[in-house]
Amino acid sequence: MRKTSLEQVYLLAKKDKRVVFVGSDLGHGTLDKFKAEMPDRFFMEGVSEQHLTGMLAGMALSGKVPYFNTIAVFAYRRCLEQVILDVAIPNLPVRIIASGGGFVYVPLGPTHLATDDLAILRTVPNMTVIAPADAAEMARLMPLTLNWPGPIYIRLAKGGDPVVTPADVPFRIGKAVPVATGSDLLIITTGITLQFALVARKMLAAEGIKAGVLHVPTVKPLDQDGILSRIAKVRGVVTIEEGVRLGGLGSAIGELMLDEGLVRPLTRIGLPDEFTLHYGTQLEQLAYYGISGDGIVRAARKLLGGRVRTRTLAHAARRKLLRVRPQPSTQVQRGTSRRA
Amino acid sequence: MRNNYRKSIPLDRRSLALRKLILSAYTSARRGHLGSYLSLVEILRVLYDSVLRYDPRKPDWPGRDRFILSKGHGSVALYAILADKGFFSPELLPTFVKFDSMFGQHPDSRKVPGVEACTGSLGHGLSVGVGMALSARIDKQKHRVFVVISDAESQEGSVWEAALSIAKHNLTNLVVIVDYNHMQSYGRTREVLDLEPLAAKWKSFGFGVEQVNGHDVKKLRQSFLKAVNKPSRPQVVICHTVKGKGIAGIENNVSWHHKTKLSDEDVEMLYANLRQRGSEN
Repeated sequence: MRKTSLEQVYLLAKKDKRVVFVGSDLGHGTLDKFKAEMPDRFFMEGVSEQHLTGMLAGMALSGKVPYFNTIAVFAYRRCLEQVILDVAIPNLPVRIIASGGGFVYVPLGPTHLATDDLAILRTVPNMTVIAPADAAEMARLMPLTLNWPGPIYIRLAKGGDPVVTPADVPFRIGKAVPVATGSDLLIITTGITLQFALVARKMLAAEGIKAGVLHVPTVKPLDQDGILSRIAKVRGVVTIEEGVRLGGLGSAIGELMLDEGLVRPLTRIGLPDEFTLHYGTQLEQLAYYGISGDGIVRAARKLLGGRVRTRTLAHAARRKLLRVRPQPSTQVQRGTSRRA
Repeated sequence: MRNNYRKSIPLDRRSLALRKLILSAYTSARRGHLGSYLSLVEILRVLYDSVLRYDPRKPDWPGRDRFILSKGHGSVALYAILADKGFFSPELLPTFVKFDSMFGQHPDSRKVPGVEACTGSLGHGLSVGVGMALSARIDKQKHRVFVVISDAESQEGSVWEAALSIAKHNLTNLVVIVDYNHMQSYGRTREVLDLEPLAAKWKSFGFGVEQVNGHDVKKLRQSFLKAVNKPSRPQVVICHTVKGKGIAGIENNVSWHHKTKLSDEDVEMLYANLRQRGSEN
């Protein structure tokens, strides 16, 4: 996905002189072709993200369309103030290509986990926040970034992620991508979690639950109509994201339902309000927190179980109060979920 | 040596007139960073009178020099010189920080003609200036970039990230100007977080360093013009200034760094002491 996006930056730069590439301290050889062919618009500027974000703003104020790439947490959080003040307030066309969204860098520890990017950046006015599911979707997105008027944050996944997006649906920034229909449940995804929804959909079908899948690569601006019109057709909604539950895609969907008075039982799958103590792989972490096909199936069963249809809000609240939380464990419980 | 740069300089009529414009905004709002405005006046006056290329009727003219007040809390001094130069009417200044005003306590490029960047959080403007200077170089444009930073602002690490970057690219089309009034909100910069030896720091980063009395109009002009006259390396002009310059009782008085809720007596005192300073000269 990263390769696809950076290749696209090269292609965009070839055809449009406004395009500038800025990296911090990327891997040796990154975009060598760009550097060789357009050296005056290629910048590898060292580990100084606060400065670089301001610099991107200065370039954009001078008519450039700068594409910035570095490790996600350093691209939005180290320099969050610059992102907000220098880039977002004047609504500048800066593109932040954030490597390693979510749990990609989990072997590197909590310093490198970009699990709050969608939640944080969603609160920033003028900011567009996009998490594509696979390289094919990235390829469809990138050409549209050239003339988008404001700043864009693009979350990159690990790379080599299975291609699961429908090739026949053109990418439109701010539009949800309908992937599958189903009358019982709607699974709403962003980023690489689309693949888990597709797995879960099959498993649920075997149990007689018809689940639709709506992929929401653009977390902001949210495709309100596209989402609401599909929520209206189902009995329950499960959102799933590789990030914090507080403030992320699930929160956005919940807020939308409440704001518009179209409320369905909702389960938000994502990270609980804690810092992980584990390493391992991205998939191990995701499974641990139930961000998986299994996690969706468990959530769907609960959501649509016999009592769901008659459950009142008071009853739901009582159930929640009585639920016993498992004690935190220092041991990795591979393949199990503490949420769901 | 430093004291020579800080010799007390009498202010001429123009400097006093600009300070009156500043007071028209400040005393209307009865709040602001008066000390920080007053140390900047001659720096801005010389830049806008003798150095910068601009057209107040076309604030977006692409060939203009870019000026960024990175110490955004000095905003009213900038508003005063922009009004003086015709970017907008001086009569608007008393709307300062009113609900519908274009003048906030920190300058906003979305609202004020002639303001290039939203500043106010320290340590941002120099990097924005670097982006502008690099873009000008890519596009082979001749305009230059001037960024005024403050001494306390130089305590932000991002300023030195930007300094590394300016040196790397040998950005001789960007001039860093330090308003070095030796004071910050809590007290003397020397005591809060010392910057000395400041000139040696910039020199070690690869800059040509010029030091000047920041209220000496003639010397400021010489320094700025020298800094843009085909230098071989990036230039910084360290302007030694007096916080609150030009109003007796305010000068070097840390309690006037930022104030709110000025009393009627305060307002009267400010105008009286400015007039008094004018008649002394």
